[in-house]
Amino acid sequence: MLMKLLSGDRPASPVLTVLLLVILIGLAFAPFLFPGSKPLETAARICIFIVLVASYDLLIGYTGIVSFAHTMFFGLGAYGTALGLTLGGASFAAAGLGALCGVGLAALLALAIGLFSLRVKAIFFAMVTLAIASAFAVLVSQLSFLTGGEDGLNYKIPRELTPAFKLFAEPVLGLRIDGKVLSYYLVFGVALALFLALVRIVNSPFGRVLKAVRDNGFRAEAIGYKAVHYRTAATVLSAMMAAMAGVLLALWLRYTGPATTLSMEIMVDILLMVVIGGMGTMYGAVIGATLFILAQTYLQALMGLAEGATAGIPLLSALVAPDRWLLWLGVLFVLSVYFFPTGIVGRLRAGKAGAA
Amino acid sequence: MAREHPILETHELTIRFGGHVAVDHVSCAFERGTLTAIVGPNGAGKTTYFNLISGQLRASHGKVVLNGQDITRMSVPERTLKGIGRAFQLTNLFPTLTVRENVRLVAQARANLGLDLFSMADSHVELIERAEHVLAEVRLLDKASQTVSALPHGDQRKLEVALLIALGPQVLMFDEPTAGMSVDEVPVILNLIQELKADKDRTILLVEHKMDVIRTLADRIIVLHNGALVADGEPATVINSAVVQEAYLGKRVTEAAHG
Repeated sequence: MLMKLLSGDRPASPVLTVLLLVILIGLAFAPFLFPGSKPLETAARICIFIVLVASYDLLIGYTGIVSFAHTMFFGLGAYGTALGLTLGGASFAAAGLGALCGVGLAALLALAIGLFSLRVKAIFFAMVTLAIASAFAVLVSQLSFLTGGEDGLNYKIPRELTPAFKLFAEPVLGLRIDGKVLSYYLVFGVALALFLALVRIVNSPFGRVLKAVRDNGFRAEAIGYKAVHYRTAATVLSAMMAAMAGVLLALWLRYTGPATTLSMEIMVDILLMVVIGGMGTMYGAVIGATLFILAQTYLQALMGLAEGATAGIPLLSALVAPDRWLLWLGVLFVLSVYFFPTGIVGRLRAGKAGAA
Repeated sequence: MAREHPILETHELTIRFGGHVAVDHVSCAFERGTLTAIVGPNGAGKTTYFNLISGQLRASHGKVVLNGQDITRMSVPERTLKGIGRAFQLTNLFPTLTVRENVRLVAQARANLGLDLFSMADSHVELIERAEHVLAEVRLLDKASQTVSALPHGDQRKLEVALLIALGPQVLMFDEPTAGMSVDEVPVILNLIQELKADKDRTILLVEHKMDVIRTLADRIIVLHNGALVADGEPATVINSAVVQEAYLGKRVTEAAHG
C-alpha cells in the first residue's frame, strides 16, 4: 500500500527515510506542533515550494530541460486564482474558475513554447524561456488595471478559509480549528497529492521515456519515441503542476503580486532548492525546499542571536549581523554544491551503495 | 500488404552535402529473408546510406520504399514503428540507465506504452521479462543491473545488438556490429545474426569489413564506392570481381584481372 503510494520509488537510504518522515510529520501536524502564525506561514510555504520544486525537477532532473519560465507558470496559477476572487467575489466557485483558467493558460502556453522551441538546442531553449518569462513579468506590471501592477492584488478568500471561521466550538488538542488551520490543511493535502502524482509520473512508463530522452534523444527516436513530443509533454505537465502550486499560494496568502510569484529571485531559489536537494530524485525537492525555506526564515533570527553573543568582538559581530544572512546562505550553497554535487539525496543514496 | 513487393527498396537514393555527393543515385531492392552485406572502403557512403534508410538523414533526391509504401518523408520514430531497426556503428545507448532498463525501454516502445502516465513502469512485468530474455540471448543477463556507462566496450556493443533484437523489426540494419569486440565475443554476435537470418520473415542489412564474416553470412554483397553502387551479386562473384578488388581491397584492376 505504502509502496504503491510512492509508486515503488524507495527512498533507498535509512537517513533519507528518517528525514522524509520527520518532514512529513512536521508538516502534517504543524498547527499542533508549532503554534503561532509565523511557523504556520513557513510550513505552508514549504508545502507549496515542494510542489513547485518537484515540478521543476520533472523538467531539469528527469527530462534534462533547463527552463527559466517556471515562475511564469507559477504566477499564472496564482494570478488566475487572484483574478477569479477579485472579479467574482470570495467564493469557492470564483476561486475554482480562476484557478482553472490559470492552469489551463499555463498548459497552453507551455504547449506553444514546447512545440516552437524544444527542437532547438538546450541553451537556446533556456534563453527563449528567459525572454518569455521576462516579457510576461513586464506585461503583468503594465496591465495594472487588471493585475494591480507592481502592488499586486489583495482580495478576500472564502470565509471558511479565514481566521474568523470556527469549525468547532471547542479547541482540539489545545488548538482552535479556525479557517486558517483549514486553509493550511487544504494547502498541505493538495500539495501532498500533487507531489505523489509527480512521483507516480516519473516512475510511469512515460517517466522512463523522459529519462531515455534526457540520456540520448537521438537513440530514443531510433527505438520509436518522438523526443520532441515527450519533451513538450513534460513541459506541459510541469507547467500545470507549477500553476497549481501558484493556486495554493494565492489562496494561502490572500495576496498575489510580482514579488511573490514572478520575480527572478524566486526562479533562482527554485534552482538552488533543486540542486541542494538533488536533481532527478523527486525526494530532493522535499529536502531542498524544506532546508532552504527554514534557512531563509530562521537564519536571520539565528544570526541575531549570534550577533548578540559576539557583541564584544568587532569584526566577527559585524559578519554575523542579521543583515548578512544572504551572504551566509550563499556560503551554505557553495559548500553544499562542493560537498554534495549530486545533492543531499544523491549523497545519501551513494553513501548507502558504498556501504553495501 | 502485397507480398510481391521486395521488403525494402531504394530508388535513385541520393544525398548531397554542399558539392559532395555522399550517396549517389543508389537503386537497390532487398528481398525478404535475405542477408545483404554492404561493403566498400572508408568514406564510401555505407553509413550514410543506412542513415537515409532509417531516417537520420533526409534524401536530396530519390525514394525509400518499405513494403511498397513510400517512407522517404517519414521521421525516424515513424520508420522504426513501421519496422526498420538499426544498430549503430558508434555505440549509442542510454548511459545513466541500467542494462535491463535500456532493453526494457525498447520493449515498452514496441508495446506502445510510452504515453502511459498512470501505471508503474515496473508493474509491466512482461516488458521486464522480454528484456531479460533478450539479454540472455546476447549473454548479458548477469550484468542486467549495471549502469551502462560502467560497462566495458564489448558489452556495450552486445547491448547495442540487444536493443535491435528487442525491437524485433522486419528490417535489421547492423553497422559493423563486431567492431572493437574481443575475439571471443565476436562469435556470440555472429551466431545471433545467423539465428536472426534463419527467421525467413526478417531481412538483414550488414555493413562489415571482415571478409570471412561476409563469406559465411551473406547471401548477397553490394559494393559502394564514392557513394555509388558499383557491384551487386553473389558473395563469391562479387569478392572476386575486378571492381571490388580495386575499390575495396585496394588492388589495381590489372593485377586483379590477371590474378
